[in-house]
Amino acid sequence: MKNIFKITYLIALILTGAIQVNAAEKVDLLKTDWSFKGLLGKFDRGSLQRGYQVYTEVCASCHSMKYVSYRNLSEPGGPEFTEEQAKAIAANFEVNDGPNNDGEMFMRPAKLSDKFVMPFENVKAAQAANGGAYPPDMSVLAKARSGGVDYIYSVLLGYEDPPSGVTLDDGVYYNKYMYGNKIKMSQPLMDDAVEYSDGTKATEEQMAKDVTTFLMWAAEPHLESRHKMGFKAILYLIILTILVYFSMKKIWSRIESEV
Amino acid sequence: MSDHEYVPKSKFGKWFNDRLPLLSLASHLTDYPTPKNLNYWWTFGGILTFCLITQIVTGLTLAMHYIAHADLAFESVEHIMRDVNYGWLIRYIHANGASMFFLAVYIHIFRSLFYGSYKSPREIIWIIGIIIYLLMMASAFMGYVLPWGQMSFWGATVITNLFSAIPFVGEGIVNWLWGGYSVDNPTLTRFFTLHYLLPFLILGLVVLHIWALHIPGNNNPVGIDIKKPSKDTVPFHPYIVIKDAFALLMFMIVFAFFVFYSPNILGHADNYIEANPMVTPAHIVPEWYLLPFYAILRSVPDKLMGVVAMLSAILILAALPWLDTSKIRSAVFRPLYKQFYWILVVDVLVLGYVGAMPAEGLYLLIARVATAYYFIHFLIILPVLGFKEKTIPLPLSITEPVLGGMPMASAVKKKESLN
Repeated sequence: MKNIFKITYLIALILTGAIQVNAAEKVDLLKTDWSFKGLLGKFDRGSLQRGYQVYTEVCASCHSMKYVSYRNLSEPGGPEFTEEQAKAIAANFEVNDGPNNDGEMFMRPAKLSDKFVMPFENVKAAQAANGGAYPPDMSVLAKARSGGVDYIYSVLLGYEDPPSGVTLDDGVYYNKYMYGNKIKMSQPLMDDAVEYSDGTKATEEQMAKDVTTFLMWAAEPHLESRHKMGFKAILYLIILTILVYFSMKKIWSRIESEV
Repeated sequence: MSDHEYVPKSKFGKWFNDRLPLLSLASHLTDYPTPKNLNYWWTFGGILTFCLITQIVTGLTLAMHYIAHADLAFESVEHIMRDVNYGWLIRYIHANGASMFFLAVYIHIFRSLFYGSYKSPREIIWIIGIIIYLLMMASAFMGYVLPWGQMSFWGATVITNLFSAIPFVGEGIVNWLWGGYSVDNPTLTRFFTLHYLLPFLILGLVVLHIWALHIPGNNNPVGIDIKKPSKDTVPFHPYIVIKDAFALLMFMIVFAFFVFYSPNILGHADNYIEANPMVTPAHIVPEWYLLPFYAILRSVPDKLMGVVAMLSAILILAALPWLDTSKIRSAVFRPLYKQFYWILVVDVLVLGYVGAMPAEGLYLLIARVATAYYFIHFLIILPVLGFKEKTIPLPLSITEPVLGGMPMASAVKKKESLN
């Protein structure tokens, strides 16, 4: 039995080492309470809906979200708009469809089954409109940056005047948390940039938190069911392990030997 | 292995068994006499079998939804994560399963090093194990390329470029591996094919590994030869089966924690950015389990010699049964070797750490010292130690390990009468 503790300890040691090594870049990021962290962490429904609003009204003019569909907006574990609301949201966008029976392409309102309509036709068009920088697709952005949601939250709130000695080109901004501190996106969130329908005050921090929560959901739409299943699975495993442990004791007691 | 032949009870069973002795095999596997003093370090063989099966089953399922094409691979992985029923679960098990597999294999290898399991008469088991380990690294590397993220693409570029170090034909070989003049769609499709093939080769080798094990039987923490079956052994079923099951469950709890609560913590964030040949990531690092060898590669200033050093670091293990000149297996009875063993463990961990750091300044120096020590351990310390070391006397049997090797007349007599 002594051994099993040694082994568990060793496993913990190697894995924490592996994790440390992976989390290379270390700047002290801004922290906030994320409702989706923890063993049974869930998204804050209100925050997701507000976050979607910030995304559409502020981010979506440049940032695509090409792997997310309108139907996802009404699915359990997400912002959980009603299906009618999701349909109405989709109907605001136009998609290029076709060819029809006459061989013509045509525009039609988006449906639930469509992916989020992209603000630009392609990467080149996005770059051309944004001073050469491509605004990254936001579908998995929350997983594509080391530091994850904390990093995104920090960058959104990290705009400040450059310290003396740092000169910035036109269209380049100083950001405390961005890699290399230079960012081509102007400060996207100012107090009251959007007007929340649920009465929440649209402060810069509130919007940053809401939109980051929304991005986390976009990157991990099944996060809630993952946490729920994980809790059950681990509980089940622990109980089974205990039962098997006592069976083992019983079986080995047939011979006088230490397990 | 059993002393008496197994005879099925039923007439049909006998008829069948005479033509294909599956029942005899099953009987051998359940009765297989196993040393009764095996500790939990010995449970990792079973855990590794579980890991392999898990990887194959989840891998097959993923392959039903994955599209091996440079333009579609990344999207198809997102499709699996979002739209395939429990696709996220299958993929996270597969991705974290690779890490768990390597974690278990490293413990398995270092257990073997501590208890001298590679020594006569178990050299073939050991060499098959090294081949399995090599194939595992190849599979894992190619599997990491399949999502076609930034680290996939650039990792593939760096590793395949190593072959360009070969004099004269290097460039040609690299183009042949790529199927073109850069890492691109042909590279992805062949990596997918090989990633699908190799696990089945591993499975076959695992069968040989276990077969070869069942000839001499298990080594044990005391490292002495034991008579089988005897008072020193227990039948594999139920004693070892239940113990392996218990250890496996403990392992699965750790595994589940990663899958459900930190599924991406062992991966690199850059791999959620789609591959882009025009943008090189700031640091290209392999997965954690390859880091020690990456450190060895980078610690040698010359490219060709770096590749040679990295390959030798693995292949040297195959020669271990002959490099270690000591007749005593278990480190328990080798006070000096025991110390060098732990130094080696630390050395490999240090190599893993510097492998993740930029190859410059102090890190590079540490990597060089650690690399040198790695080879010194196998090429100098082990051969010399076998002749110089004063070992602790071995006990006569597992049941009487307290004897300290002094043939106590009464005990020997008792043993002989038992035989």
